[in-house]
Amino acid sequence: MKAMTYRGPYKLRLAEKPDPVIEHENDAIVRVELAAICGSDLHLYHGMMPDTRVGHTFGHEFIGTVEQIGSSVQNVKPGDRVMVPFNIYCGSCYFCARGLFSNCHNVNPNATAIGGIYGYSHSTGGYDGGQAERVRVPFADVGPSIIPDDISAEDALMLTDAFSTGYFGAQLADIAEGDTAIVFGAGPVGLAAARSCWLMGAGRVIVVDHLEYRLRKAEEFAFAETINFGQASDMVRVLKKATGDLGADVVIDAVGAEADGHVTQHVTAAKFKLQGGSPVALNWAIDSVRKGGTISVMGAYGPLFSAIKFGDAMNKGLTIRTNQAPVKRQWPRLMEHIRAGYISPRELITHRFPLSEIGEAYHVFSSKLDGIVKPVIVPGA
Amino acid sequence: MPYSAEKPGTAPDTQSLRERIPGWGADLDPADRPAVPREQPGIVTGAHWDVPADQPVLHERERSVEHARMTPVFGTAQPLHGISGWIRGYAYAAYSEGQTAHWLLLVLGDRVDAVASHLRSLLTRRPDDPVTESGVSGERGRHPIASRLRPGRLDVRHSWMDPILVVGPWIAAGLLVFQAGRLILRALSGPR
Repeated sequence: MKAMTYRGPYKLRLAEKPDPVIEHENDAIVRVELAAICGSDLHLYHGMMPDTRVGHTFGHEFIGTVEQIGSSVQNVKPGDRVMVPFNIYCGSCYFCARGLFSNCHNVNPNATAIGGIYGYSHSTGGYDGGQAERVRVPFADVGPSIIPDDISAEDALMLTDAFSTGYFGAQLADIAEGDTAIVFGAGPVGLAAARSCWLMGAGRVIVVDHLEYRLRKAEEFAFAETINFGQASDMVRVLKKATGDLGADVVIDAVGAEADGHVTQHVTAAKFKLQGGSPVALNWAIDSVRKGGTISVMGAYGPLFSAIKFGDAMNKGLTIRTNQAPVKRQWPRLMEHIRAGYISPRELITHRFPLSEIGEAYHVFSSKLDGIVKPVIVPGA
Repeated sequence: MPYSAEKPGTAPDTQSLRERIPGWGADLDPADRPAVPREQPGIVTGAHWDVPADQPVLHERERSVEHARMTPVFGTAQPLHGISGWIRGYAYAAYSEGQTAHWLLLVLGDRVDAVASHLRSLLTRRPDDPVTESGVSGERGRHPIASRLRPGRLDVRHSWMDPILVVGPWIAAGLLVFQAGRLILRALSGPR
């Protein structure tokens, strides 16, 4: 089969790889219909995540059709069209039994701190991902769901990670009616988080980024006020002024490891891998949220340390809440919102590439060209 | 200003928000939020086991020392091999996840893996090529200059480093090989 394969930082190619096989009795093999590139895939692409091996296939957002099942699989069958959560989880360990599907203890031998994720290096279990023609899906009775007939393929794809993660981030922020919310990052997760803040009853939603085209998208898709930090000399002062010098009630970090806004922080983290991630967005979150406020962190960071202003967080009495999103828990409610016409996750998608152009897709996404927000990969094209 | 008990600014007009934004307040009640409370015992997951059956371990497989046993299910992509595999294996065996050396050794393993893979590829019919594999041809027709010159865009302050970081090691390696070759030829040709 053809699959995206990593060849080192900033390099990848389309290669022939053996088809995945059933390796556990509850595996399924899924033929990929659509896959997406996540902003966090760029951290892998840039060589920021430890134990990213040459030959790895990325891709944790995908939908497709079940082709084969293991001997104990009973909830899906060949021919079923499924959406697959980016979390790999067993459904039965200490964490899964409490609904913490993204923290499963039974699927990642390489790290106890991280659950299982498709195509996200060996730090998350060493599973090849879905930017390929086929993918191995462990615990097929637990993860995949049959796509309802009234949910479009692209909406389903956006629920496998991006929109569900943004929605989860807005919930973690513990928004009360009328709250002022700031969202750092106008990528797909940030846009989804901003849109979701209104579902929670926010009174104001402010989105911060340095890419003008994404800020326009935030205004249109998420009904948000926007601020371009590339045009501000002191971002925290700007945000404090915008909130009557109080600060926001909640701040959502949807930026993660490659946060811009401070050249030294970005270069030490993203270019030279000396930090687990650039802490700029997190530090701005700590400084721009009000005392006693809540920070929700959806941005992905590597396991190495980052230079966080923790003293400010402590002195301000902040609540910091974070996790990889257990996306399947969000699906029933999100599908209700889609059916009610409140949200349209597929509107996040701006570009579609055939699998044969996956290298170009990563480059365009990494370089933020052509107004790209969310690229989708079509293996069959 | 927060010098009094009142929240600064005008309270939002929720009626207006409800009219303007589809679904405003649909999840106002925390009981409607699927992630609240964050820990929820009793969710039906589809698992029909107490502990999953074990995936057969067909080859030696590294694992964190913080795991008491191999996990029931694990990925088998890209097994450890070569010098990078030795470094990574050592990182897993010698250091826990709480120790910085664990992660720094894995990062070192990544760099060694990349270099070794590039060198191995030179012996194949499809050697690595930092130009085509960078996907730079995707810039054609996608406004590469206009996109980068938009006001406020900050990453252009450091994105000039990217081609150097990608192609630079190749150029440096090429120069080293060239110099080494010259020295060897001089040594072979003997003193004049």
